[in-house]
This record gives sequence, C-alpha cells and structure tokens, in this order.
Amino acid sequence: MALLCVENLTTRFHTRDGIITAVDNVSFAIEPGKVLGIVGESGSGKSVACYSIMGLIPSPPGRVEQGSAEFMGQDLLTLSPGQLRRIRGQKIGMIFQDPMTSLNPFVTIGDQLMESLRVHKGMSKKDARKRAIAALEEVGIREPERRFNSYPHEFSGGMRQRVMIAMALINEPDLLIADEPTTALDVTVQAQILDLIKRLQSEHNLSVIFISHDLGVVAHMADHVVVMQKGKVVETGSADQVFFSPQHPYTQKLVESLPTTAKPYSPQFQKDDKPFLRIKNLRTEFSRQHGFLFWKKWFHVRAVDDVTLTLRKGEILGLVGESGSGKSTLGRSIMRLVEPRSGEVLLDGVNLTELEPKRLRQARRDFQMIFQDPYASLNPRMTVFDALAEPLLIHRIVPPSQILSAVNQLMDDVGLDRRMVRKYPHEFSGGQRQRVAIARALAVRPQLIIADEPVSALDVTIQAQILELLLQLTQKYQLTMLFISHDLSVVRYVADRVAVMQQGKIVEEGEAEAIFSNPQHPYTRALLNAVHHLKKTDAA
Amino acid sequence: MLRIFLQRCLSAIPVLFLVVLFTFILIRLAPGGPFDDERAVPPQVLENLNKRYHLDDPIHVQFFDYVKHLLQGDFGPSFKYPSRTVTEVIYAGIPVTLELSLYAFLVALVFGITSGVIASLKPNTLQDYVPMSAAMIGICLPSFVLGPLLILVFGIQLDWLPVSGWGVTPGDKILPSITLGAGYAAYLARLSRGGMLETLSQDYIRTARAKGLSGWRVVFHHALRGALAPVVSFAGPAVAGLLSGSFVVETIYQIPGLGRFYLQAAFNRDYTMILGMTILFAFLIIICNLLADLLLLWLNPKLRGRK
Repeated sequence: MALLCVENLTTRFHTRDGIITAVDNVSFAIEPGKVLGIVGESGSGKSVACYSIMGLIPSPPGRVEQGSAEFMGQDLLTLSPGQLRRIRGQKIGMIFQDPMTSLNPFVTIGDQLMESLRVHKGMSKKDARKRAIAALEEVGIREPERRFNSYPHEFSGGMRQRVMIAMALINEPDLLIADEPTTALDVTVQAQILDLIKRLQSEHNLSVIFISHDLGVVAHMADHVVVMQKGKVVETGSADQVFFSPQHPYTQKLVESLPTTAKPYSPQFQKDDKPFLRIKNLRTEFSRQHGFLFWKKWFHVRAVDDVTLTLRKGEILGLVGESGSGKSTLGRSIMRLVEPRSGEVLLDGVNLTELEPKRLRQARRDFQMIFQDPYASLNPRMTVFDALAEPLLIHRIVPPSQILSAVNQLMDDVGLDRRMVRKYPHEFSGGQRQRVAIARALAVRPQLIIADEPVSALDVTIQAQILELLLQLTQKYQLTMLFISHDLSVVRYVADRVAVMQQGKIVEEGEAEAIFSNPQHPYTRALLNAVHHLKKTDAA
Repeated sequence: MLRIFLQRCLSAIPVLFLVVLFTFILIRLAPGGPFDDERAVPPQVLENLNKRYHLDDPIHVQFFDYVKHLLQGDFGPSFKYPSRTVTEVIYAGIPVTLELSLYAFLVALVFGITSGVIASLKPNTLQDYVPMSAAMIGICLPSFVLGPLLILVFGIQLDWLPVSGWGVTPGDKILPSITLGAGYAAYLARLSRGGMLETLSQDYIRTARAKGLSGWRVVFHHALRGALAPVVSFAGPAVAGLLSGSFVVETIYQIPGLGRFYLQAAFNRDYTMILGMTILFAFLIIICNLLADLLLLWLNPKLRGRK
C-alpha cells in the first residue's frame, strides 16, 4: 500500500492579474521505503504540489481547489490546521533548496533542532539536547557538542544543509520531502549531501520525495519518477523507463537537452597559433580592514593567485571551479572591472593592465561580458532597442541613420523576433533575456567575450538553446571566448580547452577532451566524480 | 562589542563639543540679550549686570570660561532666576521629563508593536486596515491637537481622567503619556508591520511552519526577532524625539518638567539655561542612539561575534 497517495490535486493562485493554475489535476503515489523523483523545469508546479499537500502554500492567494492526499489513512487536505501541524515535522519532514536562508539566522542551531522535539514529543530540555547532538553526529557534523550553540552563519552551505536534514529527520518521520536540496551547493558538496540522504534513507527505511530540475541527480536518487510540465504530470514510470525510453515528447526533449557530449563541431575557420589573449602571472587581492585607529590590521585574500593563461583567436576556453574559487574575479580582473594587483593581460599585444582610464574605455569595445542573471544586468527601464542602440551610438559603430537596421541585425543574430525590440526586459522570458544580453554584448563587435555562468540560471531546455546560439555566434564572428561555469557538462559541450581553478590557482589546463577523459589533478578528478550523469546503473 | 561601545563613546566627545560651540555662538547672534525687558534698563545697571556675568568679555574668553566650568560639572548661574543655578533647575525638572518620556515610550512600544504584528498576520484584510488607518491618523495628528482632543473627550465630557498636573491626582499621568506616545506608536506600528511582513516571507519561516509549530510560536520565536530590527533602529531617535517633544505636552497638561524652562529660557535669552539644557538633551540623545545601535548589534548574531 502506498504511504502517500495524491489524487487529482489542483492548486490555483488567485492574483490580481487573474487565476493561475499552478498544479493541474496531479496524481502520484509513493511506496514505503522508496524514493520518488519529481522533475520539471522552473514553474512546472513540482514544489507547489508538495507545499499544497503540507498546507504550506501562501494563502491567500494560493488555494487548493480539489483532490486528495491520503497519508497513513488520513486525507491531509481535509485535516484541521492543528491536526496538520502534528503531521508536519513529526510524520513528514522537509528540507529546502537554500540552506543559507532556510535556517533562522537569529536562533542557535541547537535551539532550532530541539524545538521540534519539545513541541511534538514534549521532551525535557536535557533529553532533547542529547537527541539533537546525536542527530548532528549522524549527519556528519564534527564536534556536535561544541557546534550546538553556533548560529547558522557560522556554518558553510553544505554543513547548513546537513543541519537542515538533521532537523527534518529528528522526529523520525516516515516521509521526507526534499525540495531541490542540492541545487544551491557546489558539485562536490552536492555529492556528499546526496550520499547522506541515500544513506539515511536506507538506514531508516524512509520514503523520500525528491524534487529537482537536475535529471542526473534524480536518476541517481529515485526509484520512481514523475515528470511535470506546466502544472501537469506528463509522464510517470520507473527511473529507467522515464530516462532511457521516454514516451512523452516533453520528457524526450528534456533528456535530449542535457549536454552530455563533447563539442558538437569544432571551429571551421583557420585557427592561428598566435596567442590572442595572454594572461601572465595575474594576481588580484581583496583587502579587509580589522580594528580601528592604532589597532588597524589589513587582511589580504588572494582571489586570483598567479594565473597564467593563453587563448588563441577563435578559441573557447572553459574555466571551471566551485564557488569561491576565483573564476569570476579572474574574468572581472581581465576586464579591469576589478583592479588586479600585479601581472599582465595582453589582448592582441596591448597590455590592458597599464591602460589609462580613457584608453581603457575605448579598448573595452573589444571585450564584452555576459552575466549569469540577464535580468539583473539589463536596465529595467530601458527598452531592448535602447539597450542595444546605446553601445552602438556611444562607440560610434554605425551612423545614427542606420541604428534601426543595425539593431534589427542583432535581433536576427540572437534569434529574437524584430517586433519585440520595443519591449522592456521584464516582458521577456529568462532565455529571451539572455539572448538580449548576448545581443548587447555583440553590439560593439567585440573580439573577446567573457561569459560568466551565462546559462546557470536557465532551465535545461533553454540552456541547450543558448549554448547552441553561443557556439553559432562564436563561429560566425570568429569570437574568442572565456566561458566561466561551475557546470562541467556545459563546459565540456562548448569548450575547446579547459582550465580548472581552485582557491585562486589554475590547477589543470588542457584540451577539453583530454581533461574530461584523463584528468590528472586530484581536484579535477573529484569534480568529475561528483557529477551525476544519466547512467543506467545509477537508477537500477 | 566592548570596542564598538568605547569607539562610539569617544566619538561622542567632539559631537558634544560642536553642540556647545554652535549653541554658544547662535544664541549670542540672536537679537536681544538676557537683560532686555519691556521696560528699558538703565545703562549703568545693564553695564553692571554684564560685568557681573562677564558678558563684557570678548566672546572667545567667555566661551573658554564656560567650557572650563562645564568640565567641572558647573552649568553656571541662570541669568533670569538669579537665585537658582542652571544645575538646580535641571535637577528639579529632569525626573519629571524623563518619567513622562519613559511612559510615552512604553505606550509607543506596547501599542505600536502589538498593532503592527496583528496587522501583519492578515495583510490586506480588515485586521490590517483598522490598525493601520488608526496609525495613519496618529502620524498626522500633532500632539498639540491630540492633547486638547483627549482632554475634551476623556477629561471634560466623560470626566474619567484628570487633565493637569503630574503625580498630584491619581491617573493624571495617563493622558500626557498617551498624547506624547501616540505619534510614535503609530510609526512603530507601521515599521513593525513592514518588518513582520518581510520576515514572514523568509524561507526560515517556511521551515518553522514545516516543523509543525503553532502560529504563535512561529511569530514569537521565529519572526519577531528579525522583524524588530527596523523598530529598534527607529527607537533611538524616537526616544530623543520624545524627550524634546515633551515640551509641548508639558505645556498642555501643566507639568513641571524641563520643557517649560527650556521654552522660557529661549524667549528670555537666558544664555546659560539654554546651553545647559541643550547639552543635557544632546547627551541624552547620543546615549539613546548608542543604546539602540548596541541593541541592534546584540539582536543580530552575525554582527555580535565580530570583533
């Protein structure tokens, strides 16, 4: 018998702009001791479905309009708030995407852990403390007695997620709902957390609903998979069935969108061996001041530490590393958005680090940046036309009379409808906005593009389109590109060569295929091992 | 924490010095002097008076004399009440003013935070609109309008409460405290509503609810602390406002606080009295702001541990 059986669940949000059906007639079931994966892109309703069952959707405007959720003989949707509270945290535990914000920053983790025990089990403070320390130990927090009185900000992201897991499981629930539990974490940390969830799941014979947009992770974790699109369930089946013989066209598209292969085609133009961008011994430091008056002390953090790299004309260099490894700072230092402390950046023979401000402004024409979040990097009060026309006019690339045709050309280049040119950024979808950002970078006809996590904020199907676009454009305009990403499969798909960065240093560099098939440095190996691909053995 | 405290205390010294300097110069720039009266004083008498109080010295000599006495804790004699020193006047009035401000502050905190929290729990419903409309009215009504209104309703028509004095008849402290605190209660209500709404939308509130905690526990144990930050940062300046705002209320309810003396001193050009009061209030305001800042630091564990 199923532990939780959801039938015909429909949740709507009644907003001022109209009624939005977030979850549309969704049914799924989970067996005891099994893992159910729910996959789908952002806005597919996978989280809202689970929050609806738990009575956690913000209401108003959200409302569960029909359906049932049978859990251990009770319909969760008909329970009174008091009855539902006894199930939440006691029979069903939850963990969330962002461990940074999901723990209360004002309360020690010890108090947060003990709270559930004291509220649900009426435990004494002493017993609760003992149990909480044991729980911390179980999820792999070292020195739990000492860490008990720490505040969340004193933990790293991965450690915080461990605390969240300890908190969700402290009352030994029958079901754990994990909502994108590893999305905000680095790949190596992600692998550790997934292992932890798997271990606890089998040790406690726990049922888990695992919500994720990451097909590889879900394939690794789940026995059974539900695929959601636009609030509807489009496919269900065992993990093997869904990922290796997908039936529904949407699932097929999802699986195909995964960048699992190497670069589909290599540049067709003549690559000359002359270095186009040379970075020599580049060093960037951030200084922080402690104390005041006579007790002042400066602390230096080396974000970029003695980096030497070379890019040939028309080449795409993938720069890989985890958060805090200094890869974004390196990109910014090259553009002199951050002043490097020492070293040289030679672009086509010109040393950028020595340019005076006026010359630098002119030189900036030649190198452009594309950022992770296109929404944050486009001015919300400028139409796309203005955003694209501005750099053209400032750098006097085309005479004012030809602006319209130049902008239209850019829109064509990035595959946007010319008629959308008078719209504002918020009227575009995420993928379209990234296209606008790419068009803006291309407007000044640069030679070098630094793309800082350009597809990280995008859904996998959109990500595939943007990567394709970037490859086409580099080909068409013979662009040289530094492609910064934490996602190894994405880098593998676009890059000719790869550099791996750890703690500000380049630890390994080489041809993309060589790095992926035969990594030398232990850190590169650790990174590659941590990635979950769609593999049949995983799901079995 | 201790270092921040010492740092702030040290930085208060130049602030106080500038306050003394500017006030000293400004009141002397104002037309008229302490001994001007409707009836002209004979020039000989005026000269003697000026000599007696060293007002004929060059201004910088006067200033340094004053600072010298100030450092010894002496605010000097009052020019208008020759029988009393400024220190005596302050000693007599300050307890009343402080007490009135304290009660008003409590009124502001209790009514403000409670109604703000209540409003935030059901935003955009009647439970939100009623306290927030009241708060809007509270902000718009200055105390010199609210005071007479309260006197009219509760003192005269309903005859529930006395309308003047301080500690003379039972209950005579209620109306002044409410009059003074109402405006601040309204501000605090709006601030705590905003703070609560923001905090309630945080991820960790969802976590708390997912743990199966009751609504009250979520509000008091998890939300309120984060929500109070804007309230605390406003509270420091608010106490300062209460202290200086008490003058109006003291006049309305005929309370023997400092306010009346301050006002009179300004009209009378009673130089030493104005200076003494200004320094006192500047000092109190600096202290209140410092306390609010320290409380903010203490509330936020992220800042607390920082050395």
